[in-house]
Amino acid sequence: MNRFTYARPADLAGALREIARDPGARFIAGGTNLVDLMKYDVERPTRLVDVTRLPGLDAIEETAAGGLRIGALVSNTAIAYDARIGRRYPLLASAVLAGASPQLRNAASTGGNLLQRTRCYYFYDAATPCNKREPGSGCPAIGGVNRIHAILGTSEHCIATHPSDMCVALAALEAVVQVAGPGGERAIPFAEFHRLPGDHPERDTTLCQDEIITAVELPPEGFAEHHTYLKLRDRLSYAFALVSVAAALELDGGRIARARIALGGVAHKPWRMPEAEAALAGQPAEAASFALAADRLLAGAQGHGHNDFKIDLARRAILRALSQAAAGTPQSQTDKRIR
Amino acid sequence: MAKLHVSTTINGEPTEFLCEPSQSMLDVLRGPLGLTGSKEGCGSGDCGACTITLDGRLVCSCLVLAAEAQDREIRTIEGMAEGDRLHPLQQKFLEMAALQCGICTPGVLMAARTLLEQNPDPTETEARFWLAGNLCRCTGYDKIIRAVLDTAAEMREAAR
Ligand SMILES: Cc1cc2nc3c(=O)[nH]c(=O)nc-3n(C[C@H](O)[C@H](O)[C@H](O)COP(=O)(O)OP(=O)(O)OC[C@H]3O[C@@H](n4cnc5c(N)ncnc54)[C@H](O)[C@@H]3O)c2cc1C
Ligand code: SF4
Ligand code: FES
Ligand code: FES
Repeated sequence: MNRFTYARPADLAGALREIARDPGARFIAGGTNLVDLMKYDVERPTRLVDVTRLPGLDAIEETAAGGLRIGALVSNTAIAYDARIGRRYPLLASAVLAGASPQLRNAASTGGNLLQRTRCYYFYDAATPCNKREPGSGCPAIGGVNRIHAILGTSEHCIATHPSDMCVALAALEAVVQVAGPGGERAIPFAEFHRLPGDHPERDTTLCQDEIITAVELPPEGFAEHHTYLKLRDRLSYAFALVSVAAALELDGGRIARARIALGGVAHKPWRMPEAEAALAGQPAEAASFALAADRLLAGAQGHGHNDFKIDLARRAILRALSQAAAGTPQSQTDKRIR
Repeated sequence: MAKLHVSTTINGEPTEFLCEPSQSMLDVLRGPLGLTGSKEGCGSGDCGACTITLDGRLVCSCLVLAAEAQDREIRTIEGMAEGDRLHPLQQKFLEMAALQCGICTPGVLMAARTLLEQNPDPTETEARFWLAGNLCRCTGYDKIIRAVLDTAAEMREAAR
């Protein structure tokens, strides 16, 4: 690990001052991703600004619009077991419980979860080239070992995936990321928060180095009746998703009034396709409609060798998730047997 | 670079130490503080052998910077027994041989204690889900799960 200094500002203004002083400075919240990456010399901050004691960022509150505002320091555990989230946004609680372990969910913050970095093996191995870690050095995953990599939205510079489960649910729920920076506050719609790799795989998000996430806001519609978070991985628990699906439906009799589908494990960001969702409106809530949606969502999918299997896996996962959502029988995260 | 001075409470004892910004809580526990019960299996959050509680919350101490312990309450495996009296979980793990090499055991016990505090009557599925962050390379988990469920039953009986 490189040497760095440590600061613990008392309030938001202090945190913004500390981060602006040094372009090599980084915020630290739960540390579950940053400290890990520092041990591997992937992240080499010159200064850590500890945000864990900033006041006012650790609450879940009602918004005027009728939604919920989740402070950036709210832990993943607090989200998973919050009664209001359980009642109104069970898709989110379920996605959070699908990830990591009790120890990690206790430490992991909402802001940190959004900014966690890819689990690409080459990115983690400072001895290999990697465009995300060292721009311009190359992407050994292309033509290399790429079983966990992306099938959608890749570029010739990077085929990494975003590993978060929580973000897949937040994408489906159309959450909004609240941010504060030297120029004041701004709100970033979830779909615009994470980026595709393009020519700049070193940039995961549209957040600037000197900005802090203060909260994530959920709009009123939570799809509490018809939803599921289906996560497929190499073992039944405690592993990152190979493919995951957050599905949310609003039904009108046997027909679909509204649909949201977000995919995890397949792209550099939670993958949504509004056209595929819109095409479901008015269709009967049955397998044939779901198959059409899967075709549309995966139309541009491309494997890179080891991860070719993800295309078919994603297709089946979309079908199953939409069926589970339509039937009102969401996937349990504690008991992962599929019945 | 100046060392950081940290005041904290460990197993009920007010404790002070000096550390580098880059040292983890696990480094300081096992090094200067001599509390070697918590183990380092991976150093990256995967195995749970370093599990402690920080203000009552179960966490991996290998990913907590020691500096963050300022004004917090830490509990480690060393605080689990009361003098010579083992915690019922410790006693049961011995009786049922729920360990082999023992590297995972301190973390498993810390996690299991928190589980039983929050849910005195877990189902097997719940116990397995709760202990998912504690990897064991020896036992195959069955003995661990049975010991935890047996302890839970005994503690419920004793509390009646
Ligand atoms: C073994 C293991 C298994 C895991 N399994 C899963 C899984 O299955 N599913 C899953 O989704 N996740 C999983 N995770 C990832 C975990 O969810 C993330 O590490 C965690 O959410 C990060 O949150 P944190 O608060 O610890 O972030 P930190 O490590 O503190 O920070 C991460 C990044 O966010 C920045 N940051 C933090 N807070 C703010 C803020 N308020 N504003 C601006 N920047 C900020 C930091 O500068 C840093 O760059 C796993 C992690 C481990 C170690
Ligand atoms: S896929 Fe992206 S993160 Fe992985 S080696 Fe290539 S450039 Fe790096
Ligand atoms: S040593 Fe901390 S989780 Fe393995
Ligand atoms: S007893 Fe050896 S790792 Fe669990």
